[in-house]
Parts: sequence; structure tokens; C-alpha cells
Amino acid sequence: MAAGVAAWLPFARAAAIGWMPVANCPMPLAPADKNKRQDELIILNVSGRRFQTWRTTLERYPDTLLGSTEKEFFFNEDTKEYFFDRDPEVFRCVLNFYRTGKLHYPRYECISAYDDELAFYGILPEIIGDCCYEEYKDRKRENAERLMDDNDSENNQESLPSLSFRQTMWRAFENPHTSTLALVFYYVTGFFIAVSVITNVVETVPCGTVPGNKELPCGERYAVAFFCLDTACVMIFTVEYLLRLFAAPSRYRFIRSVMSIIDVVAIMPYYIGLVMTDNEDVSGAFVTLRVFRVFRIFKFSRHSQGLRILGYTLKSCASELGFLLFSLTMAIIIFATVMFYAEKGSSASKFTSIPASFWYTIVTMTTLGYGDMVPKTIAGKIFGSICSLSGVLVIALPVPVIVSNFSRIYHQNQRADKRRAQKKARLARIRVAKTGSSNAYLHSKRNGLLNEALEMTGSPEDEHMTKTTSLIESQHHHLLHCLEKTTNHEFIDEQMFEQNCMESSMQNYPSTRSPSLSSHQGLTTSCCSRRSKKTTHLPNSNLPATRLRSMQELSTIHIQGSEQPSLTTSRSSLNLKADDGLRPNCKGSQITTAIISIPTPPALTPEGESRPPPCSPGPTTNIPPIGSNIVKVSAL
Amino acid sequence: MRGQARKESLSDSRDLDGSYDQLTGNPPRPTKKALKQRFLKLLPCCGPQALPSVSENSVEDEFELSTVCHRPEGLEQLQEQTKFTRKELQVLYRGFKNECPSGIVNEENFKQIYSQFFPQGDSSTYATFLFNAFDTNHDGSVSFEDFVAGLSVILRGTIDDRLNWAFNLYDLNKDGCITKEEMLDIMKSIYDMMGKYTYPALREEAPREHVENFFQKMDRNKDGVVTIEEFIESCQKDENIMRSMQLFDDVI
Repeated sequence: MAAGVAAWLPFARAAAIGWMPVANCPMPLAPADKNKRQDELIILNVSGRRFQTWRTTLERYPDTLLGSTEKEFFFNEDTKEYFFDRDPEVFRCVLNFYRTGKLHYPRYECISAYDDELAFYGILPEIIGDCCYEEYKDRKRENAERLMDDNDSENNQESLPSLSFRQTMWRAFENPHTSTLALVFYYVTGFFIAVSVITNVVETVPCGTVPGNKELPCGERYAVAFFCLDTACVMIFTVEYLLRLFAAPSRYRFIRSVMSIIDVVAIMPYYIGLVMTDNEDVSGAFVTLRVFRVFRIFKFSRHSQGLRILGYTLKSCASELGFLLFSLTMAIIIFATVMFYAEKGSSASKFTSIPASFWYTIVTMTTLGYGDMVPKTIAGKIFGSICSLSGVLVIALPVPVIVSNFSRIYHQNQRADKRRAQKKARLARIRVAKTGSSNAYLHSKRNGLLNEALEMTGSPEDEHMTKTTSLIESQHHHLLHCLEKTTNHEFIDEQMFEQNCMESSMQNYPSTRSPSLSSHQGLTTSCCSRRSKKTTHLPNSNLPATRLRSMQELSTIHIQGSEQPSLTTSRSSLNLKADDGLRPNCKGSQITTAIISIPTPPALTPEGESRPPPCSPGPTTNIPPIGSNIVKVSAL
Repeated sequence: MRGQARKESLSDSRDLDGSYDQLTGNPPRPTKKALKQRFLKLLPCCGPQALPSVSENSVEDEFELSTVCHRPEGLEQLQEQTKFTRKELQVLYRGFKNECPSGIVNEENFKQIYSQFFPQGDSSTYATFLFNAFDTNHDGSVSFEDFVAGLSVILRGTIDDRLNWAFNLYDLNKDGCITKEEMLDIMKSIYDMMGKYTYPALREEAPREHVENFFQKMDRNKDGVVTIEEFIESCQKDENIMRSMQLFDDVI
């Protein structure tokens, strides 16, 4: 229940008047307003700025500093106000949280200062409202990254003997700046990549002639030298690859990564070339393989941040590029077809087929205009000019659009992804809040009996149990309790419900009124036995179990109909004492209320948590030993 | 990024049928009307008569609705009309105004506020019935006076007053008697508030059985409806009900 509507709780309780005439059972007593005092204004002096609010506003959240008695530590007797030596700006947000139930995060505020203040006032940042939650999370993440960076740079100066050799190696590979050796390795591999690429290029340059009038490319002239260079490079790359493979924390993931594939592709041709002989058939394929050596240039992406970003950009921009390609293809096909049919008539036309016209169209549209194919007919020339004019538009227009589109979509997507990711969290939070409030009620139901039992013993020391729920909460729970009484059903949480469903379906729980109690008993006891194991958060775990058991028993009995008072005697499983006859509530007019203890002679009125008339009203210790003798006779 | 953006731009062929304005992404404005009016304005013969039709679409109407602000009568009058003390009225009004700054509650707001007290179930139907009971002049909104008047009866009225009010709540069509169907609606709405996770599991017939029970108790002459006299008489005979009515004495 949001605290903002706490002020409407009296209305909600008044609205319960609609349930009273239809209820068949008496209602539980309302929680007494023990310290009913007039609402008063509290002055909160925060570093000189005075805030005033009603006391009940602050008491809406009893587990924060301002809502609990903790604020008494800050009470200044002389000025009769609460003085906090904290930031008044943030206090505004904190106080607004009490007033409206929503915690906002002001953008101008520093995230760590804000967190500090929230921690001081005992408010969890998770309850920041949805309107400000994104911003808060973003700032928090940035801050965390900053802290991590700080930590890393700190850690870098220390030696970390805890890292294994393998982990050190991996770190050296990934961040070359960590150690000198890593830096040396980094530069050496970079150098060899460059050498390898240049070698591949220079290999094909013709240098010098051999007597025989044939120009040889350098690769064949200095074959041995180039072979040695190649071998050296490949050896370095192989060693590097194997070292990385060894050091990788997750080898499987490493093998699947892009860089590893590039590495493999870069060095494979050499080994394949070694293995294969100079066979005529496969030399063609071998030549193709040599092309793959150019992939070594991609190894530079480890050395260049920019390349990596470009690669990622292209990858994420793939759809836009695809669209550009698609529209270009459309235009090319259209114009090629037109040109082909236009030039079909002319003799010795180069436009032999539509695919042959593709070349002309592409060259014309990109305004290259090689001139190797030109239209000769008038129609061809006309369409040719249209083609070149539209080429400018088709090429030039999409590119800036794509660029800006990409930029916008990229950012939007990031935001959308963030929002989607946070939506789940947001929905989860709403669900948690809802279940939280219903769980609070279920929890307090279990606690409630303990409280009343304690009250019955008249022990003043055990008020700590009662204090955990504020008056508003107890009133709200009383309201829900009245609803339960009106409909004769209980609120339970989801797991219990599913359990019950399963059990009932297993035991063919009769949907109509069944006269046999035993099946009910069986159902409830089996239910309860499982339940009693779960509800162990109270010191005496018997209490909730038996209490629930009796509640179920009573409610089931009631559903059975009120004409069977003899049922009480057959419920041996409850260890019911014969005297404390449980009278079905509808008949019993002396029975006052459920659960709440009334100081009347116990023989007449079964009380919640009753035992044999209180022998010695010792506090909590008296309750546990009663064990199985507890007569859970909560009169409904 | 890929999927959604592309869906927007490629599969949207609405631009081809002219129902989608490329620039603004909205359906095209009623340009014909605007063009016509602009044209008419140019003509010397058309005087200011052309203009009023333009202002019909003005935004002023919308503004009026959103800034409606209802102020309750003075504190003294409310004190006379209800049985609350001055301080109680102050507390009530502060809470009321907090949730409804405009001074009135409409049905949606009402339902939303009420649902916050029942996280597990669906309280909207019961909230509707409540709303109709509070909204005594049936104008679709509950002002602070209505609110406080209702609360005054429930929290400070005599037991008979309260029973009367409850009867009024049950009598959905305000014809002076409760039929089984009305009672069934009310009962279902109450059971709806319990939600799904209850023990024992809610059966379909539970509300109906409850209604039968109720009629058995209340309907003296067995004519199938419960009149106000039967209702009050039966309630006065039932101790539980009498006692539960006293619960409201110290709500506020």
C-alpha cells in the first residue's frame, strides 16, 4: 500500500460497511490506537533550513530514520526541533518522499552525495520512482565504472601475486600496458604483422628482368628470402596464437571469437602450402589460399581501437547498408533492362545481355564513366543520361540519410534496449511491491496471534513484537482481515495456493459441500504438516501451524454448514480439549471475536491462543513448552 | 535496432496510400478544411463568419476540462452538515486533496485509490458500487462534500443510519429493494477483492451460496426481494452485525 494513500485508509475502512451485513461471522476487533494523540507539526531543522510536516506523515515509513524513534537522537531540547547537520537540498527530496510516496532523484545532484544522504535517512534507493530511476541507474553505473577504473589503476601499481601465471599472461595479452614484457610482445607482433603484409604486397612487384625477356615478380626472384620471411612471420603468429589459446580463461569461447578465426585463417595457408606438394591440380586452389594471407592485416585490429569500432559499427549498421544495396540493385536492374532493350536494335552493340548491361549501369550510376560501353542509339543515349542523372541521386542521397539514421537509431536502440532491460526490472519491482504488501499482511497474520497471546499474558516487555507494525499497517491488516471474515476465505500466498491446488486435484477434493469431515481433515492436516515446516520464523513454530490449521478447520467446518455442532468432538487431530468446545461461530452468541483475547472466563469463551487458563503469565517462555497441547480454538 | 527500425521504414506502405504524412508521421491534417477557410478569408465577401468554425476545434475546450478545480464549502458549513469536528475535517481534507488535487474524484481515480488497499484482488467492481453510493447527486464525480457526507454517516451516524447507508449501497438501481441479482453482483465484487490465492480456493458457487444465505436471513416474507424495513429489522436482530457496526466508531 503506497503511503500516499495512507490518508485514505479511514475511507477504505469506512467502505467496509458494505461487507458487514453480508458477513456471517463476527468481525475481528480493530487495533486500538494506543497512543492516540492529536496530530502535531514537527519542525525539522536541516542545516538551518526549517522544514515542517505532520508527525503522521513521517510515521508512514516506520523503518526509516525519520519515521522511527531514531530521530529522537537528533531532538534539540532547547529549540524543540529536530536538528540534522546534513544537506538541505537532498532533504527536500527525502521529505517529499514521505509526503507523496515517491522518491525522486534530482539531476543536478551528485550521485554519491545522494546515496550517502539516502543511507543516512535509512531509505533504500531501490524505491526511486520510475520517472527518475533510469537517470539514477545511469549515473550509478558511470560512477561504478569510474570507481573501477580508479581501483584498476591502483591495483596496477601493486603486484598481485594471487593471479596465476595463466591469468597474468592473459592480462598481458589483453592489456599490453600492464607490463613491459607485454608491451614488447605487443610491438613485436605488430611489427611482424606489418612485415608480413608488406611481404605479400612486394612479392608481386616485378623487379628486374631475367635474361629471357620475362619480367619476374620479386617473389619468384628472391623466392628463398621471401620464404624465410614468411616462415618467420608465420612462426611468430603460431606461437602467439598458441600462447593466447593457453592463457584464455575460456578456451572454447576464445576459439569461437572473431580474432581467433582471423588468426587461424592467416596462418593456415602457409601450413597447407607446406603440406601440399607442387601439384598442378591443386596449385590453383593453392593460389587462392594465398589470398587469405591478406587477412593478416585484420590482425591489426587488436592493435587499433579504431578498427575495432569501425568493425562494430559496420556490424550494427548492417541493415542500413543492406537497404542501400537493395535499392541500388533495384535501380541497376531497372536501368540495365531498359538499356539492353534500347540498344538491342543497334549493331555491334556491347549490350549483349542484361547482365552485361549491369556493368554499364553501375559505372554510369556511380559517375565513373569508363567509356568501355556506350549506348549508340538515341533511345539508349536518352536512357543513359537518365541513368547517370539518377545515379547521382540514388548514390548520394541514401548515404547521409544512412549515416544520420545510423547515428539516431544506434542511440535510440541503446535507449530502447536500456528501457527494455529496465522494464523487466520495473515490472518486477511493481510485482515485488504488490507481493510485499500482501506478504506483509500474511506475515503479520502469523505474527498477530503471537502478539495477542503476549498481550493476554499481560507482559509489557514484549511490545517489541507489536511495535514492528505501525498503526496504519495494523489498521490496514484489520481491514483485510474483515474481508476475509466476510467471505470466509483466507488470503494465502501463491506457493501455498499452488500446493493446495495440487493436493486437491490429487485427492479429488469435492467441489460441492461434502458431508465427510475426514477428507477435509486429511486435506488440511497434510497441508498443515507441510506448512508447519515452512513457517519457522517465529520462535515457536507450532503457533502459526496450529493456528492456521485451526483456521482452516474452522473455515471448512463453517462452509460445511452451521448445523453440525457435533463435529467439534470428532476433531481429535487438534487435541481439542473436550471442555473448550469449539462452537461454530454462527450459533455461538457468547463468542465475541476471533483471535483477540477477551478477559472472560476461558471455559465459556475460547480464545485465540488459548491454553489452560493462564497459569503463570510469564512472558514468551511460557508459550513454547505448551507444544501439542495448544488448543487452537480461534473462534470464528 | 535492426528489426524494429526496419519494420517501421520498410513495411510501412501507408505513405503510398496517402494516409501517413511523411514529414510528421501523423495522419494528414484536415487540410481541405484549412485550405477552404484560408481561401474564404481571402475572398472579400466573406466576413468574420468563416472564423468561428475554426475556433471550434480550438484547444480551449480541452484546457477547460483539465483546470477544473472544485473548492469545497467553508469549514463551518461542513461542520454543520456533518458530525465531524473541525480538526477531523481538516485531516480528511488534507488526505483528500493529496490524492485529488483538482478537488473532485472521478470514477477512475476512485477505483485506482481503492485498489491500492487490496493488492491481491480486483476491487474495481466494488469500488464502482461505492462510488455510486458516495456520488449522491449522480453527476459522475465525488466532491469533498459528498465524500465527507458519506463518511459522516458511516463513521458518526447512528446504527440505523449506517444500515440505511449500507442498504443504499446494495440497492444498485435505487428502487428501494434489493433483488437477488443485485446482491449477487455485490457479493461477486466482494469475492473478487480476495483475488485468486485464497484458502480454501474460491469456487464459482461461493458467492451464490452466500447470497442464498443472506436472503434466507433477511427476506422475511420470502418474496425474493429485501426491502429496507426487512433489512433493518433483520440486521437489528443479528448480534454480529450490530457489533460489527460499532467497529466504525473509532475509525477516525
